[in-house]
Amino acid sequence: MINRLLPLAIFLALVGLLGFGIYWNTHHEMTEVPSPLIGKPAPAFTLPLLYEPDKTLSGKDLLGKPYLLNVFGSWCPTCQYEHPILTGQIKPLGIKLIGLDWKDEPDDAKRWIAQFGNPYDTIITDRDGRSGIDFGVYMAPETFLIDAEGVVRYKRIGMFTPQNIRDELLPKIAELTGQSAKKATP
Amino acid sequence: MNFRNASLLSFPCAAGEGAEGGWGRSSVLPPSPLRGPSPASGGRKIKSVVRLRLYAALTMMMLGLMVAPLSYAIDPLPFKDRAEEVRFQKLAKQLRCLVCQNQDLADSDADLAKDLRKQVYEMMQSGKSDAEIKDYLVARYNDFVLYDPPLKPGTWLLWFSPFAFVLIGVFVVARILRSRAKQAGGVRPADTESGDDW
Repeated sequence: MINRLLPLAIFLALVGLLGFGIYWNTHHEMTEVPSPLIGKPAPAFTLPLLYEPDKTLSGKDLLGKPYLLNVFGSWCPTCQYEHPILTGQIKPLGIKLIGLDWKDEPDDAKRWIAQFGNPYDTIITDRDGRSGIDFGVYMAPETFLIDAEGVVRYKRIGMFTPQNIRDELLPKIAELTGQSAKKATP
Repeated sequence: MNFRNASLLSFPCAAGEGAEGGWGRSSVLPPSPLRGPSPASGGRKIKSVVRLRLYAALTMMMLGLMVAPLSYAIDPLPFKDRAEEVRFQKLAKQLRCLVCQNQDLADSDADLAKDLRKQVYEMMQSGKSDAEIKDYLVARYNDFVLYDPPLKPGTWLLWFSPFAFVLIGVFVVARILRSRAKQAGGVRPADTESGDDW
């Protein structure tokens, strides 16, 4: 009896395994590499501003308030798709939005911003990509949520969509503002 | 708006970088014989010339493909000596390119891979050990950057499941053999066939 049912059991186990594989693949971006930086202090950076190259902005300057660091580049087609979402949905959240122009020519970036508009509070440039490597950036767009103490709280790999803003980003931001409210009360 | 269909990610490697590096070698090949005079306008002679040139081109292409893996040092990095270069290549083979994720750092033409190779090279120059360089990259890009995942509780399934499957296989085969032996030894020989049911 058991010997007769065994093939069926093996078949069902295989169906289960492959079905799980299909489910997993459709619900996950398989090329995503989870960042080891979550929960750790953001790597230090000091980078020139796109529009005032003789001035720099560092991670220390940004301490005190949470901010989003959005990695983009004028060479990056998906950044164009993401751009209206940054303007329409991220900017209204009121959180500081820093653009990191990654591995790009400043002139190209300026042209890109002139063409599509500027959703960023500040744009810094990482021309040789060193700071990008420190942040573990491997494609664009990528976005980091960094809290008031300079700790990385969340990373989005790929573009923001209305869905993952609602499901992932907003709860994370709410966590941070809840935290700072708690800290402020005592 | 339907975002599910749009690719959410941009791969810098897809943007012409690869084409420049990978197919640049084809410039070694002679001009395509197919562009020669059309066979219809010429006689037999031209046809055989065309064929000869086609063979030559194919041979060159084959040779090119054979030689291609040898030319793996993509960027001209100023190595001190052969030993250093060998160390670099060995290390780069153990590291994954994050952009074209099925390629190692030594093979990839992606822009980021070039930057990472440069980084690895510079860390080697400053006297960092292979382990330190790997740690540096893992701290930024996770264990995924290593082609061989490290042995730790989270990867036990990955490392040991093949052995578990072999054990399961041995167990199943042993059971089948034992039951057949029992049947064969027990009653009539015709009964052994029932063991072949599946």
